[in-house]
Amino acid sequence: MSAVQSTEEFRAELRGWLEANCPEEMRDGGLGEDATCWGGRNWKFTSEAQKQWLERCAAKGYTVPTWPVEYGGAGLTRDQEKIFVEEMDRIDARKPLESFGIWMLGPALLHFGSHEQKLEYLPPIARGEVRWCQGYSEPNAGSDLANVQTRGEDKGDHWLVNGQKIWTSYADKADQIFALVRTDREAPKHKGISFLLIDMEDAGVETRPIKMISGISPFCETFFTDVKVPKHRIVGEENRGWDVAKYLLTHEREMISGGGAGLSGGGRALGAVLAETMENGMGATLRADAMRCEIDALAIGLTLERYKDQAEAGQGAGDASAMLKYMGTELNKRRHELMMTAGGSDALEWDGPLGNRAGNWLRTKANSIEGGTSEVMLSIISRRVLGLPA
Amino acid sequence: MSKLVLTEEETMLADMARGYLDGAAPVSAFRKMRDAGQTHDTKMWKDMADMGWAGVLVPEDAGGSDMGFAAANVIAQEMGKTLAVSPFLSTAVIAATALRQVSDDRAKAALAKIASGDVTYALATDEGIKHDPDATQMEARADGNGFRLTGTKTFVVDGAMADRLLVLARTAEGLTLFDIPADRAGVTRVQSNMIDARDAARIAFEDVEATGEDVLGQVDHAMDVLRPALRAGQAALAAEMTGLAAGAFGMTVDYLKERKQFGTEIGRFQALQHRAAHLWSEAEVTASAILHAGRKLDEDPDNAGLAVSLAKARATATATLAVQEGVQMHGGIGMTDDYDMGFFMKRARVAAEWLGDYSYHAEKIAELRGF
Ligand SMILES: Cc1cc2nc3c(=O)[nH]c(=O)nc-3n(C[C@H](O)[C@H](O)[C@H](O)COP(=O)(O)OP(=O)(O)OC[C@H]3O[C@@H](n4cnc5c(N)ncnc54)[C@H](O)[C@@H]3O)c2cc1C
Repeated sequence: MSAVQSTEEFRAELRGWLEANCPEEMRDGGLGEDATCWGGRNWKFTSEAQKQWLERCAAKGYTVPTWPVEYGGAGLTRDQEKIFVEEMDRIDARKPLESFGIWMLGPALLHFGSHEQKLEYLPPIARGEVRWCQGYSEPNAGSDLANVQTRGEDKGDHWLVNGQKIWTSYADKADQIFALVRTDREAPKHKGISFLLIDMEDAGVETRPIKMISGISPFCETFFTDVKVPKHRIVGEENRGWDVAKYLLTHEREMISGGGAGLSGGGRALGAVLAETMENGMGATLRADAMRCEIDALAIGLTLERYKDQAEAGQGAGDASAMLKYMGTELNKRRHELMMTAGGSDALEWDGPLGNRAGNWLRTKANSIEGGTSEVMLSIISRRVLGLPA
Repeated sequence: MSKLVLTEEETMLADMARGYLDGAAPVSAFRKMRDAGQTHDTKMWKDMADMGWAGVLVPEDAGGSDMGFAAANVIAQEMGKTLAVSPFLSTAVIAATALRQVSDDRAKAALAKIASGDVTYALATDEGIKHDPDATQMEARADGNGFRLTGTKTFVVDGAMADRLLVLARTAEGLTLFDIPADRAGVTRVQSNMIDARDAARIAFEDVEATGEDVLGQVDHAMDVLRPALRAGQAALAAEMTGLAAGAFGMTVDYLKERKQFGTEIGRFQALQHRAAHLWSEAEVTASAILHAGRKLDEDPDNAGLAVSLAKARATATATLAVQEGVQMHGGIGMTDDYDMGFFMKRARVAAEWLGDYSYHAEKIAELRGF
């Protein structure tokens, strides 16, 4: 893909490629947790089509369209990326692959990793061969994340890691974990943390699942007992891992907030809910709530757009990711409350007539907790954007 | 579509506007006008015309600066920050947009007079307590080659001072828009005593004569001319409200940093920090909708309805929240007439109603989104 190619040529070529390569079964919008392909060595494809779709996309760099070609991406410009999303939406195509590697680690490595690290870790993420999980939170380090106590002792050629992580989503299915580890116990809390990459099959790594209120159990506790982590598996400098951690968090927040906004997807779902509402003889209040959600969703979607345009124009949006995360997730929760009300008693059964609506509703309650709570986002805005006294 | 960032020219325009308005139209100037019972400032409008604002939507061959709708929004937004009073929306945005839909010499001459600041307009559509042009009852009875207008219009913004009126009336097969001088025989204007201390009037029409010349656009097809004008006005009003919200919010944040209670700045209290941060977030999101509406009006006007209603609905909600929180976080002082916050609150309430309130625009959005 060359940047000089006109956007319309690009669209035509892409459309042709999608027509020829996207299997029919992958054109269902991919709603719901089961439709997502996460990749990794433990991954079992739910169908031949899912496998084909991943392989074909990976070969073109379409699992991570904006990453550089040498790291497994398609090197798309932002205008091309927009077209890519539009064309995928147009045929309701599923995302070929999702992962914490794509959302979080990839961007952090692209920014902080050495060339060798990028070559080693990024292409397997893009191809869906390695699945990552996030080892940030600990029992006493949630909102106060810099308080992590998991400890890494310097043993010359490696760190000896001991400690416990909690809420590590999909740790039991992941191949690797990126973890915040305290490597200097004397330094102030933000200054003594390193960002380490640890293999889940290393001796001394153990996971235990925790079940969520939504019935699924993606969460784990992860324990490290005398785990040896080679020195080259550090991203950024020793004791400067907090910078990497924060950078990664902004990407995580943008990703989570995206669930609530967008000009297309959310609108369709709400429209369907409303049709249902009217059939059920419910009325004006619900409709008004839905309209409010719709208005907010459209405006948040445009804000996402505006921030990307700003970034492209070299005007940093600063701590805007905190704002988007806050607004996007609170909206998403409102939307799912509405969908439950519209569904009435049909929505109250696990896998009842409306599928997993209740499970999805319960899952959204985590949106304003994971990746930093709404309260923490508001504090970030008040201190860093508004300059209110701390 | 163009990017959702201000262009260099737009940024310059905003800076220039802010520079002028901070000097010529600070909130204190508005207070003086209010105290003196004045609802407009002729000299300031002349200045604005000289800066090209009156002609912001007037084509260059009619003497305008033709900067476009996004630029008009930029100016309106700056005006909102200091509550500057002018006939900008009624004249430079709404009337100019209506007139530019019509390509005859008469319309061109009228546009030239707008650009030079020699003529002001008011839009007379509403008859009931809510904005609803489709429900227009006012009768324009065919009479010889012309019409006779009879009825009453309410909430005609800038109606007492305007030189000319755009009047919407019902003709045999639909609605027709008339452009008539405000002093035509049979027109009676009564200025309303508005909470925002600005010009609005009730206008009675008693058998007022209008010729075919006075019709703007086609008989029975007012909406072809009026719809774009309403949208432009709604977008610019939304921009004004966004500026207003920013003005009120700026005062509030400053106050949080200086007011002390319990031995510390009240801005240290998380209960207030979080409300301020929420308000800022709402305003950020609304700002995107305003910019988007301007771009749509400039680049794809036929399909700008959704963007404009989105902007007006969001701006209404945001400005309302900004002034309510503004008063609350100021405590008792926020309730006094001596303090400026009340001006923002009253202007926000009037602007919320004008050209369609939140639910009016929410309904439009619901229709367009197939709800
Ligand atoms: C679905 C889900 C998936 C997750 N996945 C992962 C993962 O993969 N890896 C990982 O490392 N972590 C993960 N997390 C953990 C998540 O990042 C933490 O739950 C989150 O940071 C909050 O920390 P906590 O749960 O300890 O809550 P606490 O920090 O104990 O917060 C409790 C309450 O106190 C409030 N609070 C705390 N401090 C303040 C303050 N200063 N001011 C005002 N209010 C405050 C909070 O807002 C919250 O309401 C996940 C969480 C969820 C729900």
